[in-house]
Amino acid sequence: MLQAIQHLGRSGLDFFQRTGRAHILFSQILIGIYSLLPRLGLLVQQVYSVGVLSLLIIVVSGLFVGMVLGLQGYNTLVDFGAEESLGVVVALSLVRELGPVVTALLFAGRAGSALTAEIGLMKATEQLSAMEMMAVDPVRRVLSPRFLAGFISMPLLAAIFSAVGVLGGYFVGVGLLGVDEGAYWSQMQASVDYHEDIMNGVIKSIAFGVVVTWIAVFEGYDAVPTSEGVSRATTRTVVHSSLAVLGLDFILTALMFGES
Amino acid sequence: MTNSDPVLLKVRDLHFSRGSRKIFDGVDIDIERGKVTAIMGPSGTGKTTLLRLIGGQLHPARGSIEIDGQRVNKLGHSALYTLRKRMGMLFQNGALLTDMNVFDNVAFPLREHTDLTEDMIRDLVLMKLHAVGLRGARDLMPSELSGGMARRVALARAIALDPMIMLYDEPFTGQDPISMGVLVRLIRELNDALGLTSIIVSHDIAEASSIADHIYLLSNGKVVAHGSADDLAESESEWAQQFLKGLPDGPVPFHYQAEDYLSDLLNGVNGR
Amino acid sequence: MMTSRTAEIWVGLFVVAGFAALFMLAMKVSNLSAYTDDDGFEIAATFEDASGLKVRSPVTMAGVTLGRVTDIKFDNSTYKAVVTMQIESRYNQIPAGTSANIYTAGLLGEKYVGLLPGSASNPCDEEKLQAELEGREPDLKGLDCSPQFLKQGSHIKLTQGSLVLEKLIAQFVSRFMEGDDSSKQKDSD
Ligand SMILES: Nc1ncnc2c1ncn2[C@@H]1O[C@H](COP(=O)(O)OP(=O)(O)OP(=O)(O)O)[C@@H](O)[C@H]1O
Ligand SMILES: [Mg+2]
Repeated sequence: MLQAIQHLGRSGLDFFQRTGRAHILFSQILIGIYSLLPRLGLLVQQVYSVGVLSLLIIVVSGLFVGMVLGLQGYNTLVDFGAEESLGVVVALSLVRELGPVVTALLFAGRAGSALTAEIGLMKATEQLSAMEMMAVDPVRRVLSPRFLAGFISMPLLAAIFSAVGVLGGYFVGVGLLGVDEGAYWSQMQASVDYHEDIMNGVIKSIAFGVVVTWIAVFEGYDAVPTSEGVSRATTRTVVHSSLAVLGLDFILTALMFGES
Repeated sequence: MTNSDPVLLKVRDLHFSRGSRKIFDGVDIDIERGKVTAIMGPSGTGKTTLLRLIGGQLHPARGSIEIDGQRVNKLGHSALYTLRKRMGMLFQNGALLTDMNVFDNVAFPLREHTDLTEDMIRDLVLMKLHAVGLRGARDLMPSELSGGMARRVALARAIALDPMIMLYDEPFTGQDPISMGVLVRLIRELNDALGLTSIIVSHDIAEASSIADHIYLLSNGKVVAHGSADDLAESESEWAQQFLKGLPDGPVPFHYQAEDYLSDLLNGVNGR
Repeated sequence: MMTSRTAEIWVGLFVVAGFAALFMLAMKVSNLSAYTDDDGFEIAATFEDASGLKVRSPVTMAGVTLGRVTDIKFDNSTYKAVVTMQIESRYNQIPAGTSANIYTAGLLGEKYVGLLPGSASNPCDEEKLQAELEGREPDLKGLDCSPQFLKQGSHIKLTQGSLVLEKLIAQFVSRFMEGDDSSKQKDSD
């Protein structure tokens, strides 16, 4: 019993310490971004490995999610004779929710885990230590560019996901199921609002990008420098950032779409 | 640099622990300017730890480390980084950056800290690589190098910025007799030609005595003996004699601290 | 390591694709293209019942969107809903006698304002009509004989508010049981 309470206390303390470290690291990363400005080459390299390499999975998933939405939406709407509204259903689900959320989850699995593993291994093999001794701050040289790359890539990936998804819904709805093409687009345009829907979706994806890359970079930097420690950290990145994305999504949705 | 104190690096009353285990328990070391000083001791005494303390990566629990008049553990972030630019450190396992090839690894500190043109960087890098005999390996990735080669590349990288003080963590392990000889000469030449101050951590008594002007023997968190190679050979200290002759029995324990062997065995699983 | 040139090209393509996707979402998926004409004119209409209508609901004529609802207010003296609409400025020839109705798109769809064109009558026409009735020559002096169109600040007088299903049923029932006291029927629902 006493042991259980002690254990609880220890993990509580541990949690707060980690949270504190994560916030300190976050501010250091932000300061580091400033010194990154004259060195865009580093950023480009990271946007490549964080963003471009995630492109394929995002495009393919976006297409399939859009196609499934088209199919399911049609089956539901046709009962009410409202299949003209298919475009609205597909676009709103993608732009408001699925685009940012599914992209963030895939991003956590594809890019986040890779970031954690890479940074964790650099720590385990003393590369970060060696940089420090060469008077190169690893936070600025290694973490900041990776963080900024995630911050930039996420909204772009989410936009690509949504756009490809809308096209996927179009192929299924208009191409296969015979929904009127004009109705698909015009109903969509009539109901999807630029500020309310598109911009809020973009804001969501930016928030998710920050959270996922922050968690990934922190877990790597804070990993126990052994192969087991790195593998644990990688798992934690995927689990924690997925949970964070879903929780944050609820909060943001309540704030953005609450009143209307 | 203008400081003309012959002692470049002063360690005073150094205390440091890892958990409950004391690594250093009141260590005093003086490293003289322009000399090669060897730090020797049994495996696990904390030689690597000492180098990290000197580099400011670890903080002593008590005592001070002073380099050229600056107290390492009291420096702010940017002052510490300025000081580190004048230090070169050779890591025990090389610690090369695995996402770059040999050339880029050696060029890394130059690109980070200087505004030299790529042409000049290329010349400098090839010079340093040539000095360690690996000019031909410039396009290899670190994963394609042997342990000894990786350490030589790391040495080339450590001297790229022409530091004022070089810290070598076991530079000789894993080198064949030829490259060992070359390395010993290289370290000596670097030291004399560039006016460096070198600290070498080593187990290798013969090589260390051949280049070191001064030797410190560490054991159990204390300095047990120091002096030139000849001083130590004639020293009365049992520690020094045992270590230099490589005898298993004597005051220097071969085993990591543990309870009595026999009772440990008899305790069985329950005792862990 | 990827040569930096290839990486740069890929990153460039990636950023372009991302912004192209954003652009498509803005122009093709959402109503941003309709936002661009913000220099339209505002008209108002008073409805008995504007339930279901929202700000930004479309305003259409002949099925084409001419503008959007910008404001819905309650008039404290007449107990009616005053709906303000923004009409794109290129539709500047809508006759003044146009009526406004609130319709539902499909059976369960969104509410929208549908405009039905009426006469573009002006004081000049009225005078002509009057004169014909009285059998005299119309006196057009000092009267505006150009056709009247909706413009900034116009108020549509002919309106038909939302059809609320319960109301329809109630009306139907009360008409069905002609002779009965219909007010009792209303109170009970
Ligand atoms: N990160 C760490 N956490 C806890 N203890 C550590 C850590 N690193 C080293 N130690 C302990 O500190 C002691 C000194 O380690 P250090 O690496 O300095 O030894 P060393 O003298 O360099 O040995 P070797 O000659 O084998 O390289 C060891 O006993 C080790 O158990
Ligand atoms: Mg060591």
